[in-house]
Amino acid sequence: MSDHAANTVDRAHADHHEHPTWKQYKWVALWLTLITIVEVWVYYTPFRESSLFAPALLVMSAAKFTIVVLFYMHLKYDHMIFRRLFQVGLIMGAGTLTAFLFLFHKLKIG
Amino acid sequence: MATAAITDPHAAGHGEHAHYTTTGLEHRKIAIWALIGSECMLFASLIATYLVYKGRSKVGPWPHDWGCKTSNVIGKTAEAVQAAGCAAADVMKPILDIPVTSQSTFVLLMSSLAMVLALEGVENAGKAGYDKWYKGSKFWLAMTAIMGATFLGYQSYEFTSFVHEGLTIRTNLFGSSFFTLTGFHGTHVAVGVLWLMTLLFIDLKRGLKGATDVLLVDICALYWHFVDVVWIAIFTLIYLIQ
Repeated sequence: MSDHAANTVDRAHADHHEHPTWKQYKWVALWLTLITIVEVWVYYTPFRESSLFAPALLVMSAAKFTIVVLFYMHLKYDHMIFRRLFQVGLIMGAGTLTAFLFLFHKLKIG
Repeated sequence: MATAAITDPHAAGHGEHAHYTTTGLEHRKIAIWALIGSECMLFASLIATYLVYKGRSKVGPWPHDWGCKTSNVIGKTAEAVQAAGCAAADVMKPILDIPVTSQSTFVLLMSSLAMVLALEGVENAGKAGYDKWYKGSKFWLAMTAIMGATFLGYQSYEFTSFVHEGLTIRTNLFGSSFFTLTGFHGTHVAVGVLWLMTLLFIDLKRGLKGATDVLLVDICALYWHFVDVVWIAIFTLIYLIQ
């Protein structure tokens, strides 16, 4: 094996850690459940009419999304290449979505 | 070209021959992450389409508002619609059923927990403490597939009730974009359930163990969790935010 290959192996080892344990998986599931309960609860409260309702839901949804990706999909523990592949798709998708919303005046500056 | 043995720790200790790849990583795992990245763009486009068309339907039913079958009157309450001149018999209620969808969301979230426990079961197959039925991969793969099928049941119920209330893919812009988005997601869930049942069949037939089998389950798990995170976004953007 060449030096380059050996380096690749070492780097990959350095980037990879143990997966979460059973206990951690259950805690993650509990947090996901709690956030979902709060999301649905606020939907039935007067806070629904507030201008902060949508941003609050988006923050909670983003938190759930991040927790699943980092812990259940092991992106926190896996190799950098996997993280980059996901980030490229996610950034392009989010960018497209945002561009469409501005293009069709669903989002406005000012 | 220089090559490197795959460094996936799952491969260690199972006595299997390592593949040699230029990145030192398993190609199939890179491929599933590339697929997931591209799927992000697909679902972002579908969600963008839904949001762009949101509020532009000329006829009901509407997702969050009360409406009238005989006129274009819409309002936040049934009383508001009736006050605008709609007969009580013609009032249409908001079509999205948040309690039912909350239940299906919970089921899908729990299926992700079952999936990681199935992967854990395969990774630790044969080790002490993992011989119990509730820690084995067979149980958790079956649970994941059952919960996936339950989610599909909820979606079938939702689609059927929407059609009974007069909303089809051709009724209005809301119907077209809603059924396209959730239909694509449901199809992904159905593919995932078939994939899980295939793995369960293999597990029952000869047992899932060793680095190659761990990789097979890991790839399926990544796909399944992705389907879950897409639903997390859909539930908030389509069902909860008005």
